[in-house]
Amino acid sequence: MKDLRVWGLKKSPWVFHVAAASCNNCDIEILAALTPRFDVERFGIVLVGSPRHADALLVTGVLNRKSLPRVLRVYEQTPKPCLVIAVGTCACDCHMFKDSYNVVGPYDRHLPVDVYIPGCPPKPEAIIAGVVKALSKL
Amino acid sequence: MRCDLSNRGVAVLGGGGDTKGEGWSAICLPLTLLATSMILKALFQFLIFPGFLFTIIFGLFLTWIDRKITARIQWRKGPPFYQPYADALKLLLKETLVPEGVPRFIFLFSPLLGLMGVIIAAVILLSGQFSFTGDLIVIIYLFALPAIAVIIGGSASRNPLSAIGASREMTLYFGYELPFLLSLLTVVIKSGSIRISDILLYQENFGPILYSFSGILAFIIALFSIQAKLGFVPFDISEAEQEIMAGPFLEYSGISLLFFKLMRAGMLFLLPVFLIILFWGGIRTPWVILKFLFILILLILLKNTNPRLRIDQALKFFWTILTALGILAVILAFNRL
Repeated sequence: MKDLRVWGLKKSPWVFHVAAASCNNCDIEILAALTPRFDVERFGIVLVGSPRHADALLVTGVLNRKSLPRVLRVYEQTPKPCLVIAVGTCACDCHMFKDSYNVVGPYDRHLPVDVYIPGCPPKPEAIIAGVVKALSKL
Repeated sequence: MRCDLSNRGVAVLGGGGDTKGEGWSAICLPLTLLATSMILKALFQFLIFPGFLFTIIFGLFLTWIDRKITARIQWRKGPPFYQPYADALKLLLKETLVPEGVPRFIFLFSPLLGLMGVIIAAVILLSGQFSFTGDLIVIIYLFALPAIAVIIGGSASRNPLSAIGASREMTLYFGYELPFLLSLLTVVIKSGSIRISDILLYQENFGPILYSFSGILAFIIALFSIQAKLGFVPFDISEAEQEIMAGPFLEYSGISLLFFKLMRAGMLFLLPVFLIILFWGGIRTPWVILKFLFILILLILLKNTNPRLRIDQALKFFWTILTALGILAVILAFNRL
């Protein structure tokens, strides 16, 4: 039973893109990773429009006081088991905004993050490699 | 042993004693066996062969063909053949969430309603044993059930985007149903019957309905209508991902989402089969696979080469151009063309 569940998750991870106050660079690179050039549908990865359908959340940007409750809500709306993949240096360790007055810290202080993909922004190849790492961790 | 229960029932009904027991059991044993075998056969038909299992497995395979052809058109490789099954398995084993304040029964029952409609339609269309006068009408209503299920589910989701999706689905339903019914009316007028086996008999005697002026017109209209029924791209207004995320399916997760996916997959299998039965000489000929693939690939190409219409554009398209063509087809059918 558990094997089947893991196999299903590995073969069809549907991702939902949570853009929480990022500078849009990581978002653009995520979209680039989903274009026909990289063809992530080979691995069953599909971008879905609702967190209810998602198996993996791609979170980008610096968490601040405004976006934290929204991100937590999206995480709670996602059916479990779900992966959280932090895309970009901001999502991993707040980058150069770490001393800002409204920043509440990196994602792993609030959510169980599975994989960190550093880069400002990370390349599409790096994002795909990160998702593959997250899946092989299962 | 099997006879005991019914024997007792008969005795109570007759009000008599045990004196008739021997004679009755001689009659009732074969009757019970017959009833059991009929029930088993019906169960088999609904649950395994042309019903639930066959429809969803074949339908999911067709969704793979759809995704693969889409991928090839976009110059990429596309998913492996087990992709839809992996998706289905994953959704089956995932958590199913019900949002707060939602009518639980309606929310979870509506995907099942749509799937049931598809499966009953599959049994009536494919098994060939449930033929009765007016089964064409029943099929029309059964094919309306998925749209109704989407509307109910979207309205019950307690989400503004789902509500928008449900209202669009309703508008679209009223849009495509009129030309669809006109094209079916053409078939009914030409064959003179609302019974599917009679329509097939007519086509055996006089050639397929498609090979006539009114038949071609009606077929094209029905093709556009089933494109809208399937929610394929020029008419995927109700679940427009870029505008309203996933529309009526927004709040669905896990098994309930899976039922909607299976419903769509079953429709992708059944609607072309329905067209072949009505227009192209039935499904019991060796050419049926080629005919089926032709219709399927036509639908997929239409899906991949068109942008999404707005809801008012779609309604205008169905209610002016296609309805006018449908009326023309009906007039031609009356004149035996």
